[in-house]
Amino acid sequence: MSDLSPPLAVEASGLVKHFTSGKRTTKAVDGVDLAIPEGSVFGLLGPNGAGKTTIVRMLATLLAPDAGTARVLGHDVVREADAVRTAVGLTGQYASVDEDLTGVENLLMLARLFGFRGAAARRRVDGLLEAFGLTDAGGRQVKTYSGGMRRRIDLAASLVLAPRVLFLDEPTTGLDPRSRNQVWDIVRVLVEDGATVLLTTQYLEEADQLADQIAVIDHGTVIAQGTSSELKRSVGQGAVHLRVARPTDRARAAEITERLLGEVTLASDPHALSARVPDDGGAAVARLLPALHEAGVEVPEMSLGQPSLDEVFLALTGRPAEEDEPRDGTGGTGGSDDGAAGTDAGRRRATTTGTEEVAR
Amino acid sequence: MSTQTTDETQPSVARLREAIALPERPPRPSALSMTLTFGWRALLKIKHVPEQLFDVLVSPVIFTLMFTYLFGGALAGSTQAYIQFLLPGILVQTIVIVTVYTGYTLNTDITKGVFDRFRSLPLWRPAPIVGALLGDTVRYSIASVMCIGLGLILGFRPDGGVVGVVLGVLLLLVFAFSLSWIFTILGLLLRTPNAVMGVSMMVLMPLTFASNIFVDPSTMPSGLQRFVEINPVSHLVTAVRGLMAGQADAGEITWVLVASVVLTAVFGPITMRLYRTRR
Repeated sequence: MSDLSPPLAVEASGLVKHFTSGKRTTKAVDGVDLAIPEGSVFGLLGPNGAGKTTIVRMLATLLAPDAGTARVLGHDVVREADAVRTAVGLTGQYASVDEDLTGVENLLMLARLFGFRGAAARRRVDGLLEAFGLTDAGGRQVKTYSGGMRRRIDLAASLVLAPRVLFLDEPTTGLDPRSRNQVWDIVRVLVEDGATVLLTTQYLEEADQLADQIAVIDHGTVIAQGTSSELKRSVGQGAVHLRVARPTDRARAAEITERLLGEVTLASDPHALSARVPDDGGAAVARLLPALHEAGVEVPEMSLGQPSLDEVFLALTGRPAEEDEPRDGTGGTGGSDDGAAGTDAGRRRATTTGTEEVAR
Repeated sequence: MSTQTTDETQPSVARLREAIALPERPPRPSALSMTLTFGWRALLKIKHVPEQLFDVLVSPVIFTLMFTYLFGGALAGSTQAYIQFLLPGILVQTIVIVTVYTGYTLNTDITKGVFDRFRSLPLWRPAPIVGALLGDTVRYSIASVMCIGLGLILGFRPDGGVVGVVLGVLLLLVFAFSLSWIFTILGLLLRTPNAVMGVSMMVLMPLTFASNIFVDPSTMPSGLQRFVEINPVSHLVTAVRGLMAGQADAGEITWVLVASVVLTAVFGPITMRLYRTRR
């Protein structure tokens, strides 16, 4: 490790976890290396059943790896499990608060388990509840909470001891956009204050929004890693989308665009066409609009976009991100590629950004 | 999710920062303190989900009423005479069945993800389970008080007096704590809380009925008599009955205490091993 690079909060090498049920062995995690610098957000992106949850469970000491090693803040997750547990907070599908107890009781229990006593425990709990907007709900049983409140109490529960490393397993799955934004804000504050966050998500937008580094996971292995922009660049610069005013002009527009950029795709909408931007295509894109203007083609709409992470996933795996195993199942055992049940909802959520909010 | 309440306010960044900041970490609490915290949690569960207790008390109430008034006269000459015999047995049956809830609760914690939260914390490992068992002992005590209360109303007049009854209940609590370890194992092994319930009842029903709880085994066929003699529930019932009737049977009491130690020594470590390695 050179002096310039920050120390690593999480480092894993060759992590393997296989699950056997009956005669079938599922390679839930099959040789994963990770290096997450302190103070950064690292996103594990992948479809259901890719092995994300299993990786987190191993790093959080809940599951012993079959092979490989992992260290969190320098502590081995198997041999120094207690030191890891002291430094780590965990929130997700598999680490939850008790629904029968109230919000206050849940946090108070954790505060006491961490050694806060009497009034100090109560102060810690009240501060967290207030910060998470749960003061009024604190006396109610958690099972009466809405989805967003529930996720916030889960997050608050993992912050009682101000962990330096936080594992968030699908922190926004099933949340409405507003609650999801709240969770994102909380994550950003934590990271600004120096915490390291490892989050798993199947939502491409979430990794894009939060993560400094993204590892794309598929069938238990890392198939690509980099910043969001690096991943996008790996499938090309992006695309230019044009909309001509008169459908009769489209053929001419296509001819000009093809001359400058290369292959053009004609959409089913008779006004629209698009073209991939080649790696050195910046200047050509700049010349496109004047050229169209000179040719008398009226272009009311033109947009230049980086490829979405959806396209990245498609380029990397040859299939869309969500058409894989239907469930992460028990600890990411996943199983067979048996269809795309339940993926529609996932895709809708992945592609919905702010629009739902308007609808509400 | 669509209902917007006042507490759905956006957390403010400044407040968040202040709330999370922790100038110094508190010292790690003792194993005892952690265990008691989990015991406190079990008590909170009784407070919030009292139905669990009442579910379990319905059947002993029905059994007590039914056996006393329907069969009491025929079995023991009078209902009054029969309830002196039956009540300690019903008490044992009730508590033994309530122990199943230990496994049920543990399994619920696993399926809901609460269990993984505990496992991810820097704790003295047995604390969550030992604490839950201690909390459950309070549950057993409440069930005992209610069962004996019903008996007193129906004419149960133990010759052992208050001391005898209390000692009988204490012996029962010791055994129940030890027996719970079997159900923690089922709770860790089976997939759903209802499966834990089903399997446990399948084991407990024959154990409680093929015993000396309801009738003197001397009228049973010889094969069944032999089973009743080796049935641990019978030993427990004889010991509790003796204490409550003021005729303590040292041999049976010793048998129960030894059985309790053996149960804990065998099934406690198995539970902890399963707890550590589960998935």
